[in-house]
Amino acid sequence: MDITSATIDLSIIYPELALLVASFVIFVMPFFRGPTRFAPFIAFAGLLAAAIFAAGQWGSQQSGFFGMVSCDNFGVAFKHIFILTSAIALFMGYRYLVVKGINRPEYYGLLLIATVGMMVMANSTDLVVIFLGLEVMSVPLYIMAGMARRSLESNEAGIKYFIMGAFASAFLLMGIAFVFGAAGTTDLRRIVADFNFIMSNAQPFMLTGVGLLVVGFGFKIAAVPFHSWVPDVYQGAPTPVTAFFSVGPKAAGFAALLRVFAFGFADVTIMVTVFQMLAILTMTVGNIFALRQNNVKRLLAYSSIAHAGYVLVAVVAGGSEGLAAAVFYLVAYALFNLGGFAVVVLMETRSGCKSDFSELAGLARVHPYLSAILALFMFALAGFPPTVGFFGKFYIFAAAVKAGYIPLAVVGVMNSFLSVYYYLRVVKTSYFDETDKEFAPVKYTPAVVLVLTVTVIGTLGLGLFPQQLVEFSRAALFAFL
Amino acid sequence: MSDYLFLIPLFPLIGFITNGLLIGRLPKPVISFVGCSTVFLSFALSVMVFFELKAMPAGLRVIEQVLFTWIPSGSFHVNIGLLLDPLSAVMILVVSGVGFLIHVYSVGYMHNDPGYGRYFTYLNLFTFAMLTLVLADNFLLMFVGWEGVGLCSYLLIGFWFEKKSASDAGKKAFIVNRIGDFGFLLGMFLVFWTVGSLDFLTVSEKAPEVFTYGGALITTTCILLFVGAVGKSAQIPLYVWLPDAMEGPTPVSALIHAATMVTAGVYMVARTNALFILTPDALLVVAIIGVVTAFFAATIGLAQNDIKRVLAYSTVSQLGYMFLACGVASFAAGIFHLMTHAFFKALLFLGAGSVIHAMSDEQDMRNMGGLKKYLPITFSTMFIATLAIAGIPPLSGFFSKDEILWKSFSSDFGHPLFWILGFVTAGLTAFYMFRLVFMTFYGKERMDDKTRTHIHESPKTMTIPLIILAVFSVIGGFVGIPHIFGVTNQFEHWLEPVMATSAGAAESHVLAAGGGDTGMEWTLMLLSVVLVAVSIYFAHLLYKKRTELATSLRERFSGLHRTLLNKYYVDEFYGAVVVRPVVYLSLFLWKVFDVVVIDGFLNGLASRYHEVSEFLRFGQTGRVRTYATVFIFGVVLVVAYMLMD
Repeated sequence: MDITSATIDLSIIYPELALLVASFVIFVMPFFRGPTRFAPFIAFAGLLAAAIFAAGQWGSQQSGFFGMVSCDNFGVAFKHIFILTSAIALFMGYRYLVVKGINRPEYYGLLLIATVGMMVMANSTDLVVIFLGLEVMSVPLYIMAGMARRSLESNEAGIKYFIMGAFASAFLLMGIAFVFGAAGTTDLRRIVADFNFIMSNAQPFMLTGVGLLVVGFGFKIAAVPFHSWVPDVYQGAPTPVTAFFSVGPKAAGFAALLRVFAFGFADVTIMVTVFQMLAILTMTVGNIFALRQNNVKRLLAYSSIAHAGYVLVAVVAGGSEGLAAAVFYLVAYALFNLGGFAVVVLMETRSGCKSDFSELAGLARVHPYLSAILALFMFALAGFPPTVGFFGKFYIFAAAVKAGYIPLAVVGVMNSFLSVYYYLRVVKTSYFDETDKEFAPVKYTPAVVLVLTVTVIGTLGLGLFPQQLVEFSRAALFAFL
Repeated sequence: MSDYLFLIPLFPLIGFITNGLLIGRLPKPVISFVGCSTVFLSFALSVMVFFELKAMPAGLRVIEQVLFTWIPSGSFHVNIGLLLDPLSAVMILVVSGVGFLIHVYSVGYMHNDPGYGRYFTYLNLFTFAMLTLVLADNFLLMFVGWEGVGLCSYLLIGFWFEKKSASDAGKKAFIVNRIGDFGFLLGMFLVFWTVGSLDFLTVSEKAPEVFTYGGALITTTCILLFVGAVGKSAQIPLYVWLPDAMEGPTPVSALIHAATMVTAGVYMVARTNALFILTPDALLVVAIIGVVTAFFAATIGLAQNDIKRVLAYSTVSQLGYMFLACGVASFAAGIFHLMTHAFFKALLFLGAGSVIHAMSDEQDMRNMGGLKKYLPITFSTMFIATLAIAGIPPLSGFFSKDEILWKSFSSDFGHPLFWILGFVTAGLTAFYMFRLVFMTFYGKERMDDKTRTHIHESPKTMTIPLIILAVFSVIGGFVGIPHIFGVTNQFEHWLEPVMATSAGAAESHVLAAGGGDTGMEWTLMLLSVVLVAVSIYFAHLLYKKRTELATSLRERFSGLHRTLLNKYYVDEFYGAVVVRPVVYLSLFLWKVFDVVVIDGFLNGLASRYHEVSEFLRFGQTGRVRTYATVFIFGVVLVVAYMLMD
């Protein structure tokens, strides 16, 4: 390959570049005594620019950097999800960080870098580049988890996440090494082309490698049994960071997982069984843990495990319907989960509040709108119509049934029933529980109001009229399979 | 203009959202303005699209506007789409026009109510739902509107929910309607199952091919749909909720429980006429239920003393007429009566509201009398409406009712017995309506002095709608003058394209409906006019001239009177036969089945879950070492499984 003569077309990484530039500006600002209070605005400008660039990429089918970066609808769809997630984390973080005394420009810079990592993960068909993206994403996440330096819990979260993350990365890398050993390449497209040949030559190495890849991505999406870090990290990290964790890296993990397994190793039929087991375990264990939580933040952390399980059901179902259902669900989940976290963030910005269940009592009386919004998100998480949560689950289970995985769909539906218990407990507490304590009023800021508006409109609007999102998720698969 | 069809239901929705979100924060004039102007805009637009539709050639008068796909799921595909054709055009005019007048009237009627904002919020939501119902181009969207109006009906009947009778009445209406809605749903499923679509145009087009004429499947489907109509339009045996619904504010009774919502059942049957025409058996059921309800409710109306209840039973009775028309496959006649009824019955209710308003919330006619001189406008407009409903030519009710009576006699699905019952009902109608007028406006003033000093004519916002409705009650029938007067029946002609498919389907099996000879038609018409005149004379005699006669009659036939006064004890019968067993069954299900079986099972399951989670907590130690062990465990499991194969 003649490197010098190859032209490098930067346009396919414009969104990533926009975010990088913005984050560099934010990082160097303190050295020049720059006005660091503008950091969130710079970060938002970066996200906006990235969104505009990404929107321009929709519908194009490009590949660049010697086939290492491929920019198709699938990747671009995920870019949009990541940008949305980061923007919401940015808006809901600001006041929280100020109140907790940890409002540093680094938060915004790291957020952007992590987003770049996710984009790289979702936009490559080369295992090494995917790994690179995963690391670019993970390192900022470790720092963000431990950002509240004076909080022991936050430190613990950072360290634990780092150790476990490094551990998982080792497996992933080893998996890639095995695959390379068997196939002689890390390019998924070439692996697909030579699949039968590779399997006949080096089946055990190949399968071991694929298995280890499952482990590596399983960690990022927090599939059981690779989930143990989740409760501690989610609880210890500052809440806006947790919100970001529960959606962004998970979606990125799924993007990479779908790329690798639905495209790259689609012919490894045994994978279906593995994912089926993972899906059942993930849904069930996540829900069972969530049942017992007395803190809304922890509850959402555990329930996010269960939601990864539902998406795994869509992965098992496969085919264009299953994958579209997965994309649909990830968008829907991003909306209502981040919305739910935004309410928690609002609750926690009151002095001395930690979003325990007991602190919710009386919310409906003091803040009828806020408690209605919280209830809406809980109904969405539980999968009730007319929220987008209903259609998300509906399409997943419908795809599973159509693909013949009826027992799996039954387990999914049962799990969904189970989850109703703890989601409705939140609603019940905020509406019906009495408290003798004075309910400290919540302070709304424009940023949080914006977040709530977007998530409420998304949750309800797409729940009433899911057509746009259905079309989006179908289009995301254009030329993917 | 028809490109903006979607704005017709949208305007009231905007009003609902504005008033609803800012409840308690807007001053009354703003609430009134938002509430009324949004409905007026809908009406104005409805008029415009009506004329646009009229300008089109008769055969092509169908405008379908698909806004977007609502539920895309494999073969089940539902659009949010609107359908404007001659039938829905009539309906949107009635709903938004009469609706607007009632909104204006409410400004005066509700001006002292603390729930003013809530009232207009509900009223706008109702208008939105009703317009969605009539404009829907498929069953499911219609059902959404159908449930929406049901919800608003519930909310508005129980508007004064602090009164137990009002909140009970709301619940009764809701629960009784559930039975009907269930039938509607099942009918809808059957339609989808057989035709594979819920779209009205597609279903109408495919129905003759898919169903066998008079087969069991089509008969079941239509009867299930009709069960839905029976619930919504208060027919036997599900009519019991409507009289109780009078607990709501009077303008609500006028709008929802007289002019619009209760006619949704008739509209639905007319909308699906292509299905009904395929099954003579279901049509027979519709006709019998209709005519029996008409007669039965009219007899109850004879003995009621509450001014609104008389009107409520009268509504049930008139709806029966409309179903009679549908049952003899004269859907156009049913819709014609629906329209004229909307005018005069809304007027009667609003007039009654004006009376109640003047009488400091008194509703018992025995405590009224002699109000004519106090309430001149209310009296004269109500008198016109009474003439109209009684069927005095040439007022609107005469033409529409006579059309139904003639069709029930002459149609191929008709029967002389239908005509006889309808004919007698016409006499009863004239009697109880004039009884109402004489008891309220003539004779001795039976109210107490305190009430008397407060009697006053209602403000302009209330009387102007009355006058406008009175005008329409007079002239509304001229659009449907029957052919024996030497003109074409404009209304029937207008609706012909919508009903054409049915006529086409029917032709191959039966002769075209509506034949018969002119002499017979003239005779029957004269007979009914004579009967009405005689009835009015008797009402005059008993309730104005010689009231002691009424008393002695009441004593002579005290058993019959008591039966009528107590509405044939139907509520008591339902209480004993339906409600009580259901309550006992529910108690059993609750105390035994639910508490012991279900809760036992679920509690067991829950404690199992808790045990499992206790067990799982061992894995959640907080130590990274344990986490890594669990992780490795997973790795081994996955890789080993992959290699085992």
